[in-house]
Amino acid sequence: MDPVKANAVTNKPKEKKKPFRSQAKKDMYSAYLYIAPFFIIFAIIGLYPAVFSIYLAFQKWNGLSPMVFAGLDNFKIVLTDPLFWKSVYNTIIMGIMGTAPQIVFGIIFAYLLNMAFLKFRNFFRVTIFMPYITSMVAVALIFSVLFSNHESSLANYVLSLAGLDPVSWATSEWGTKIAISIMVFWRWVGYNTIIYLAGIQSIPNDLYEASTIDGASKFQQFRYITIPMLKPFIILTVFTSTVGALQLFSEPTVFLGTDAFTRDEAMTIVMYLYRDAFKLQSFGTASATAMILLILITVFAAINVYLTSGMGRKRRSQQ
Amino acid sequence: MKKNEKTRRFSTGKLLVYIFLSIASFISLFPFYWMFVMATRPSSAFNSIPPTITPGNMLAENFNKVLNSIDFFGSMWNSFVICIIVTIVVLFISSLAGFAFAKFSFRGKNALFIAILLTMIIPPQLGLIPQYFLISNAGLLDTLPGVMVLFFLNPLGIFLMRQYISKSVPDELMEAAKLDGCSNFRIYRSIVVPIILPAFATLGIIVFTAVWGEFLWQFTVLRDPENYTIQVALAQLSNTRDVDFGMIMSGVFWATVPLLVVFLLFNRLFISSITEGSVK
Repeated sequence: MDPVKANAVTNKPKEKKKPFRSQAKKDMYSAYLYIAPFFIIFAIIGLYPAVFSIYLAFQKWNGLSPMVFAGLDNFKIVLTDPLFWKSVYNTIIMGIMGTAPQIVFGIIFAYLLNMAFLKFRNFFRVTIFMPYITSMVAVALIFSVLFSNHESSLANYVLSLAGLDPVSWATSEWGTKIAISIMVFWRWVGYNTIIYLAGIQSIPNDLYEASTIDGASKFQQFRYITIPMLKPFIILTVFTSTVGALQLFSEPTVFLGTDAFTRDEAMTIVMYLYRDAFKLQSFGTASATAMILLILITVFAAINVYLTSGMGRKRRSQQ
Repeated sequence: MKKNEKTRRFSTGKLLVYIFLSIASFISLFPFYWMFVMATRPSSAFNSIPPTITPGNMLAENFNKVLNSIDFFGSMWNSFVICIIVTIVVLFISSLAGFAFAKFSFRGKNALFIAILLTMIIPPQLGLIPQYFLISNAGLLDTLPGVMVLFFLNPLGIFLMRQYISKSVPDELMEAAKLDGCSNFRIYRSIVVPIILPAFATLGIIVFTAVWGEFLWQFTVLRDPENYTIQVALAQLSNTRDVDFGMIMSGVFWATVPLLVVFLLFNRLFISSITEGSVK
């Protein structure tokens, strides 16, 4: 907490010897001292837990009695548990439904928000972004009321206007997934829009001007200039969306309320992990699940980033 | 810039753009409006077909029910204390480390910086269980410091601060201060900090809103209602069999309004903090 003093203490003896070398040394000590807090904190609450988690994945442990080495048993238990696979399925389905439209709409919103003639630009920008600063718990509660099972819930009322039957949003296989995906979309689309908008604004204007002279239409400009130039930003959001989607927890947990850990329609991988650890006191299998999740995240993020960058390349070669 | 040539041409196209964006804004805003409506209505209003979409007169009554079922102000205060302390600590640690990475040369600098970036990709759930036991063994379970500790780790902060400091703090100024006999920490305090105040605002917003809205860790560590943060307390509102929608929405409404007001006042700062936090 007191780098001034610590600094003075470490450096005093050196100062007496050679003023030139000591300045460089002094700077080096200062630098190490300044980055030390991060690395100390990281070692305690980042690195150690990560390593311990890997160790725990091979132990049988209920949190109280001594650990027993379990070999690969925990992984076997998890990988043969139908509920685990259900949670993987749920997570992937909700991930696709909740995040893929975000990217498409995010790009469209950003493109429109950047149009030169647009008035009330900041109003549109702020309103589309607003859901993002609302906490996930608040959003999940609002949506749990909007999409409740009651025939009179707003979502069911809208369906009835279209002549459709009411849906049990909180308890049916697809109802829960659709409601949660809409909620994820609603909260995050503004975030992606802001990033794409920054990306679009970084595209040099002369590209558009040159293509206008060549007779390119607005749509051609969008497809052959905007999209390829946005590629790094799209890759970034695909990456963060993939990682975020696989870590889905708060939204379904709060949306489902009391049913969160007893029903399986919207149980995600992290909810499965949480249930194992803190409801069933099975910390070994929960840690094994954490490791499997890490592998899934790595694989899916790599595939998605690879596919996204490939897409851009194809577009460019067509051009 | 090139406004004029385009203004007159596609007016139907322009109209469509306005209609599309208006619909998007409406969809973004409607749940907020509806949350307010429900916060002013009895739960029975929820059963009416067609649904009620105008405010009623139970704003105070519903909020009273919230106050009876959770410690609303206590948990808002807990969240606030956690966010403020975490933000200050993260700003301090990040700016100091960012300063070192931007302005000093030392052995292993690049490797250490890359190591910091790599720590960003460790998913928070991987360490959840050991972190829980770590906090538990330290006697911090069910305490506010137990919640805070985890958020002190913020590699993004160091990254942002390094970028900002290397751009905005002139080397000449540092050299001059050194010739005057300033210690390095004195340079940090008297030269670097005043220059990087805008970066403090950006990172402060990112950290504060992230910690304010975080749920998994707070939900895991906090058990006693007295220590609940607002997120955990709100989640309890729907955790009963017969739910009172008016009350739930009232709790959400009053918990959301302060943050929305701050956001609307400083919306440009909030929005630029997102682009700076993720694009660079």
